[in-house]
Amino acid sequence: MNEDYEVVVGLEVHAELKTQSKIFCSCSTAFGAEPNTQICPGCAGFPGMLPVLNRQVVEIAIMAGLALNCEIAEICLFDRKNYFYPDLPRAYQISQLDLPICQKGYLEIDLDGKKKRIGITRAHMEEDAGKLVHQGNITSSPFSLVDLNRCGMPLLEIVSEPDMRSSQEARAYMEKLRSILLFAGVSNCKMEEGSLRCDANISVRPRGQKELGIRTEIKNLNSFRALERAIEYEAKRHIEAIEDGEKLIQETRTWDEEKQITLSMRSKEEAEDYRYFPDPNLPPVKIEREWVEKIRATLPELPDQAQLRLVDNYSLPPYDAVILTLTPEFLAYFDNCLAHYHDAKTVSNWMMGELSKHLNQNNMEINDCKIQPAALARMLSLIDEGTISGKMAKSVFEEMFASGKEPDLIIKEKGMVQISDESTLIKIIEEVTANNAGVVEDYRSGKEKALGFLVGQVMKATRGQANPAIVNKLLKDCLKGD
Amino acid sequence: MELYELGLRDLQDKLNREEVSIREIIESVLKRIHEVDDKVKAFITLDEENALKKAAGLSSKESRKGQIVGLPFALKDVFCTRGLRTTCASRMLENYVPIYDATAVSRLNAEQGILIGKLNMDEFAMGSSTELSAFFPTRNPWDLERVPGGSSGGCAAAVAAGEVPVALGSDTGGSIRQPASFCGVVGFKPSYGRVSRWGVIAYSSSMDQAGVIARKVEDCALIMNIIAGHDPLDATSANVEVSDYTSFLQPNIRGMKIAYPTECFQQGMDEAVKNLVLNALKKYEELGAIIEEVSLPHGEYALPAYYIIGPAEASANLACYDGVRFGLRDYEADNVLDMYCNSRSAGFGDEVKRRIMLGTHVLSSGYYKNYYLKAMKVRRLIKNDFDQVFKNFDLIVTPTTPTTAFKLGAELDDFLTLYGNDIFTVPVNMAGLPAISIPCGFSDGLPVGMQIIGQTFDEGRVLKAAYAFEQNTTYHNIKPSLGGEQR
Ligand SMILES: [Zn+2]
Repeated sequence: MNEDYEVVVGLEVHAELKTQSKIFCSCSTAFGAEPNTQICPGCAGFPGMLPVLNRQVVEIAIMAGLALNCEIAEICLFDRKNYFYPDLPRAYQISQLDLPICQKGYLEIDLDGKKKRIGITRAHMEEDAGKLVHQGNITSSPFSLVDLNRCGMPLLEIVSEPDMRSSQEARAYMEKLRSILLFAGVSNCKMEEGSLRCDANISVRPRGQKELGIRTEIKNLNSFRALERAIEYEAKRHIEAIEDGEKLIQETRTWDEEKQITLSMRSKEEAEDYRYFPDPNLPPVKIEREWVEKIRATLPELPDQAQLRLVDNYSLPPYDAVILTLTPEFLAYFDNCLAHYHDAKTVSNWMMGELSKHLNQNNMEINDCKIQPAALARMLSLIDEGTISGKMAKSVFEEMFASGKEPDLIIKEKGMVQISDESTLIKIIEEVTANNAGVVEDYRSGKEKALGFLVGQVMKATRGQANPAIVNKLLKDCLKGD
Repeated sequence: MELYELGLRDLQDKLNREEVSIREIIESVLKRIHEVDDKVKAFITLDEENALKKAAGLSSKESRKGQIVGLPFALKDVFCTRGLRTTCASRMLENYVPIYDATAVSRLNAEQGILIGKLNMDEFAMGSSTELSAFFPTRNPWDLERVPGGSSGGCAAAVAAGEVPVALGSDTGGSIRQPASFCGVVGFKPSYGRVSRWGVIAYSSSMDQAGVIARKVEDCALIMNIIAGHDPLDATSANVEVSDYTSFLQPNIRGMKIAYPTECFQQGMDEAVKNLVLNALKKYEELGAIIEEVSLPHGEYALPAYYIIGPAEASANLACYDGVRFGLRDYEADNVLDMYCNSRSAGFGDEVKRRIMLGTHVLSSGYYKNYYLKAMKVRRLIKNDFDQVFKNFDLIVTPTTPTTAFKLGAELDDFLTLYGNDIFTVPVNMAGLPAISIPCGFSDGLPVGMQIIGQTFDEGRVLKAAYAFEQNTTYHNIKPSLGGEQR
């Protein structure tokens, strides 16, 4: 990116709140049901129906607000946001405008070990809309089908301050926000299921300039990667326009995942007038302080606290702490490993390394992982005991990941026990040195690197089962002795 | 007297004394409807078959458990009825059959009342004459060339014509009281939140309130005992204790303090109407009440504010009629915008469109503050006016309307005059107060109504004052001629 410019990013995140029933009726919120099987005359907008606020939604919204360091309103109010769309049965969405439930919060992101605070302007409750289903794509389909199952799902819209200055910061914010919501237990935050959605407001300005540049809003950011790429694309587009003296317009754009570009949806002039006004069907919600404090008392350990614990108790680097606290399940896995194994950094390395790599490759969550924390801990002990080498451990791990078998069993089945017996190893070393007289000469004449080659030959001869530390020692002795 | 001429309580007495059967009552009412409804045109939908079936089901004494066993009632077609089409007198809902009963309706059903049918109204309850029904106008039984008032005109006309002893109506700015006044019957609008709005098709959610039209005050009390009370399905329904309203049916009002606002006896008033209400106040004085003149200074702003708030809410409430899930739909349109526009253009009448446009306009950015927010401030001032008066008084009495029933078609093109008809009733809705209209005399053979307004949730005292007046006058005994000789 052109260093003369600075990108300014603010995010609007919609998180689906984890409740049994919808926000204004008693329909189920379960994901993936047959179309239009989780609806009632209420959420389908039939005549004479009235919304009744689900108290659990308020409770969870308060929980989320507290986790995000927000002030919880004493009175909040629902407004109608008016627009016509076939997936919006009442033709207005019940949302909150002037009196949202949460305001003035923040969260902290970690950038290369440096903390940065990102402000949260507000978080408000609202209902989700349904969705349209098409045959093929929207332009070629001869019809639109309406599925209202998602209608009335409770959402929390979390609006950040324009405090982010790069795509990396935006990603870090999203990751942190996600981990906080997950730790607080308020949302499932599954981007692929749409229970966590993100719009980005982006502008650029010459470095040092105070006022913000022309802002565009990017919709349809369905993954962390899309968020990063869209911000980078959009920032570049803005800078080029400014450099070329072109006029940017305030508009809403959409991210085209296939082409990896943003496309204009509508300009500010074309923007709809939502004609917000207080919903007369829903009296103002009074939130007693006692209630807030009661909820505060039930707040579980949040990522920041957990990170502190990891750094203080286990002396882990802050970077490790951030990764381990991405989800509560990942952290629980770590904690469970440590119940069976002493060295936190080793566990952390394996979790951030092999385990994460395998999960990503297989598009799996830690909860789907067949390796029990105790089994991973056992495998690490086997390395320490010298039963297997670090290198062997990787293939043991692979097998554990694939089959869920215990490490001892795998080692036994594959005859993978490490050879540490000196007399066995000396025999092999003698063979290797005899066959590689030239290399032995090189070593003796001062080429230290030659030792590595010889160790490699021994390992090869033992199909990797030789204990490398012992091989090293024996080789040196052997080469010295002659 | 024929059975159809009796009120609920009289019918109940006859049933208890086993002088009549439920079947006879229902048949008498249905026969009356067949005789006169061609002239009155009060019913949109008659549910004859089900009514008779229910009557048959209640023939054994053991089956009778409710408070209004076997007694007939009808509903303004704004109340949703399961399995029975509910039109709101609109083309939009001409064939709409709900799968649910409004709470008020299920309560009446649970008490074993018998629904006779659904009554005409101004489309979506927007209007004061029932001429704005998409189907046909209803006529005033006292003069078939005149309107019955509205929007609950079908209720008032049916009750006045003896087609049904009692009907549920809805009142947003006078829609129960004004037609009751025009038709010489009793119209009771409870406090906002007293009767559940669940299942009542919305016009203006912050002012809509279901209520009763009957020939006698006691029947209002009886029905209120059933329909009043908290409903968890309506978040604005009041969780306030409900009294036994029949306990207020006693004629002694000695010492009751009644105020009458100067402003309601001045502007554009029909002299005869004014004098009849002043006479009624004298009657109250004779009965031992204390009568004083007061001022409601912000009343003049009520109408403009009402015609901002009502349409604003309506513009959103009526947006669900988009042709997607139910109601009229243009199947020919080849894109969704055309489908919306064509469906709504064909489905709504002019007045409904006018109010949707008005409401959309006053909520638009740039106008919201100067119209909607200002109207909400006026609303607060009007409420304050009432609160001031109620510091010293029990009740407020006004004429229900400035004139008697006008001729059909007279004000159709002049909607501003039509709006003016609600001048005494609208402030009551804006303040959420309970009020009743009862007959207090006749002018040129047309009934005149008096409005009695009470404090929030003080329905009992309103009913008491209304009952006392009724017991000491005979206006309610005079029956309309239906175009023939007056009796
Ligand atoms: Zn529902």
